[in-house]
Amino acid sequence: MATIVTDARFADSTLGHAVQQSSAFARWVLVLVAVAFLGVMLILPLVIVFVSAFDKGWQTAVAALEHPDARAAIRLTALVTVIAVPSNVVFGIAAAWAITKYRFSGKSVLVTLIDLPFSVSPVIAGMIFVLLFGARGLLGPWLSGHDIQIVFAWPGIVVATMFVTLPFVARELVPLMQAQGHDDEEAAISLGAGGWQTFFRVTLPNIKWGLAYGTILCTARALGEFGAVSVVSGHIRGETNTLPLHVEILYNEYQFAAAFSVAGLLVGIALLTIAAKSVIQWGLRKSVRDDAETSSAAPGVSGQPWGEQWVSK
Amino acid sequence: MGFTVLYLSLLVLIPLSTLVLCAGRLSWEELWHTFSASRTLAAYRLSLGGALIAAGGNAIFGLLIAWVLVRYRFPGRRVLDALVDLPFALPTAVAGISLTAIYAPTGVIGGWLAGAGIQAAYSPLGIIIAMAFVSLPFVIRTAQPVLQDIDREVEEAAATLGADRLQVFARVIFPTVFPAVLAGFAMAFARAVGEYGSVVFISGNMPGRTEIVPLLIMTRLEEYNYAGAKAVALALLVLSFLMLLVINLLQAWARRSAPV
Amino acid sequence: MGIEVANVTKRFGGFVALNDVNLHVDPGALVALLGPSGSGKTTLLRVIAGLERPDVGSVKFEGEDATTRDVRERRVGFVFQHYALFRHMTVFENVAFGLRVRPRRVRPSRAEIQARVTELLQLVQLDGFARRYPPQMSGGQRQRVALARALAVEPKVLLLDEPFGALDAKVRQELRRWLRRLHEEIHVTTVFVTHDQDEALELADRVVVMNAGCIEQIGTPDKVFRDPASAFVMNFLGTVNVFHRRVSGLTPGMDAIEIQCPDELPAGSRPARIFVRPHNLEIDTRASGRPRLRGRVQFINAAGPQVKIEVLTEFGEILQVETSQKRYRALGMVKGGEVYVTPKEMRVFFDDSRPDQADSLESGSDVDTTLGRIGRPCASKKSP
Repeated sequence: MATIVTDARFADSTLGHAVQQSSAFARWVLVLVAVAFLGVMLILPLVIVFVSAFDKGWQTAVAALEHPDARAAIRLTALVTVIAVPSNVVFGIAAAWAITKYRFSGKSVLVTLIDLPFSVSPVIAGMIFVLLFGARGLLGPWLSGHDIQIVFAWPGIVVATMFVTLPFVARELVPLMQAQGHDDEEAAISLGAGGWQTFFRVTLPNIKWGLAYGTILCTARALGEFGAVSVVSGHIRGETNTLPLHVEILYNEYQFAAAFSVAGLLVGIALLTIAAKSVIQWGLRKSVRDDAETSSAAPGVSGQPWGEQWVSK
Repeated sequence: MGFTVLYLSLLVLIPLSTLVLCAGRLSWEELWHTFSASRTLAAYRLSLGGALIAAGGNAIFGLLIAWVLVRYRFPGRRVLDALVDLPFALPTAVAGISLTAIYAPTGVIGGWLAGAGIQAAYSPLGIIIAMAFVSLPFVIRTAQPVLQDIDREVEEAAATLGADRLQVFARVIFPTVFPAVLAGFAMAFARAVGEYGSVVFISGNMPGRTEIVPLLIMTRLEEYNYAGAKAVALALLVLSFLMLLVINLLQAWARRSAPV
Repeated sequence: MGIEVANVTKRFGGFVALNDVNLHVDPGALVALLGPSGSGKTTLLRVIAGLERPDVGSVKFEGEDATTRDVRERRVGFVFQHYALFRHMTVFENVAFGLRVRPRRVRPSRAEIQARVTELLQLVQLDGFARRYPPQMSGGQRQRVALARALAVEPKVLLLDEPFGALDAKVRQELRRWLRRLHEEIHVTTVFVTHDQDEALELADRVVVMNAGCIEQIGTPDKVFRDPASAFVMNFLGTVNVFHRRVSGLTPGMDAIEIQCPDELPAGSRPARIFVRPHNLEIDTRASGRPRLRGRVQFINAAGPQVKIEVLTEFGEILQVETSQKRYRALGMVKGGEVYVTPKEMRVFFDDSRPDQADSLESGSDVDTTLGRIGRPCASKKSP
């Protein structure tokens, strides 16, 4: 059986020595409780998705993904992601740039505002767009007068998704760029580089890991958003159904195998996200470490995020 | 700069203020009517109570898991560490149906619990489980870096002064991570209160019994009862703002008291 | 309380941190463990404290075996290099910690704790700081809090790891004097680790020089400085000029020894390192009849009580020479000027240790001669 040892950083080299080391018994108990808890809470749900998906054979699973409605949902989800993610990446860079490179009053208000979408319930996020663009909403009459439909159509889904995924990139870049300071940019400008040259040759390479990280998080959320999208979509099959909404419909129609097959696809994406996240986090830590060697330590650069970056730095 | 503010205004500020303004037009009578309704009260009780229990459980287990992940080396630790982020990466609807499948009376754990006379899915317990799932990573991720940074010397100092292991934990380690755990708890609570996708499947959605606030808003919207929806949403939004403030303060505190 | 460390070996993986170390500390002594980083001095301190358990060997306190005794029961006061204060506690709570974690039946009453902490804060001259938190204090103040905290449990031994390492030069000087006075006042057996020779020589009444997991020499500051037992000690304590030569010639007590690399090596000549302290090099602008090295002045630093002169010799070696301000002025040396250097006192350590060599000097002998001539270095051996 494998043994559990205390991390060398905390361990006394002599095993069983009482200073830092908990007793072997306590170690086993703690690790077992942790593994059991995570096993039941995290791993079991994953397993269940795949078990249920292949419950009626893999043909059913494949058929569920090949169904026209499923394909339409995949297309719509892809469309939403392709619009929402790049917009928020551009916004994230611009916001992080504004926050870290300029001095202005109300900066902390701006930082808090960027966090807002994280703390608002997704249902409310969807609802505010219904109130704004819906038939009985503020802009409703004007929009219907011009024959533009936003709510209960794909533009509404895009806007709602953009709202909930807005903070990801900015939240990741602000602490990173704060830690890096302006020295590199100033050096580039003093050497005669223009604004865009400075950005593409100096700033972007410096923040590439953080940017990739934020983008991954943003994409994962954009693909999987349910609450906000659910409010604005109207659930029109084959038209305004994203993948998560399609899962819901199938489930509510008791097509469990099909629902879990589509869910399996999303689980696969989630696992890929986590894998990519781990790789990028490694790169991020490295770049922060390299940076810390030359400048002062990086405040607030989490390298831990998702929990950390959820609200405030 | 201008772009940032414009983008933020169009996407966040103006839509949100619409809600506040619209709700502002509600009369006191309407608001009172909404909040005195037993259905609204029950939904708020359930959402807040459930989120409190879920976040509380996560605070305890989260600290334990963070401790294990930081302090011990065992096979599979890295995979487990990476998987902690799953609730953030997994679409909530997927989590919802999966948890329902597990905790329904026909499910793996649900069946077992049903044998013991406990109903998990379609009861407040199921809601708490779903809330706990989506808010699981917060405490772990806030406590981990703090535990990582605790100076080994500080624990040794306590030992040379005669403190036993339990005293070292209670008097030295716990006070150091406490602000971070509290911040993580607040985040978990905020997330659990607002959660919709994963809860809606497992809750059973019985008005007055297993109906959470976001679902109540959803129902009102589907009934085209916008006034009712706005009133309920407004309170939830105010709560979100408060939580945002609390979390910001807690994080500032956690940063100040974090080990150097 | 006396400490007896016997045959202690400690490995970290493949690295031998302590290699069969023996050390005796007298009750009430103030001992410095001096050595470069990686020499094992901190490990030795931690072994004494019980923070590390030796692989081999024993630690005795007052003749009683304490090797397996837990750190909590050793009654040692340990002051960590970075103080390891509890950040979330006030200074008062930090100092009171060791009293408050005692089992209920031996725990002092609230009033007793209050009195004891107050007394200790007075001792370390921090009365009035009781309610502060460590981050609000300066490095020197934190150091004293750490000391008061360690003393609160009335330790039988006080152990300090690089106690002044993280402080700036002026504060370090003050704290050194203060610690010396404090030791005279409370007289608790004290062992401290340092890599700073001045600190060890000034503060301790015994210096333990360590290198590569072994003790090189134990002695009074005067003894280790004047009479270093090994080339390492000689080199580590203070600035020293090293000549790599072959030594042949006469037995000690005779008038001269030949220290050079002649074209034809006389039988019995041995490779050796000759150490001369900068103040033991006499410098002159005129050649006298005595054996001397010719050189040119490369650099002069006259700021300080002694004038430091860098000389490039005829053999391409750079020497550090110290002379008095008075003599420097009298000689009127200039940069680039020709000078003659004569060793007044030198110390020879042979590279090979063959004590059976009939005509040889003993390794480590002091060559107190004005006739010792340092000649051309060996071709194969480049001198520093």
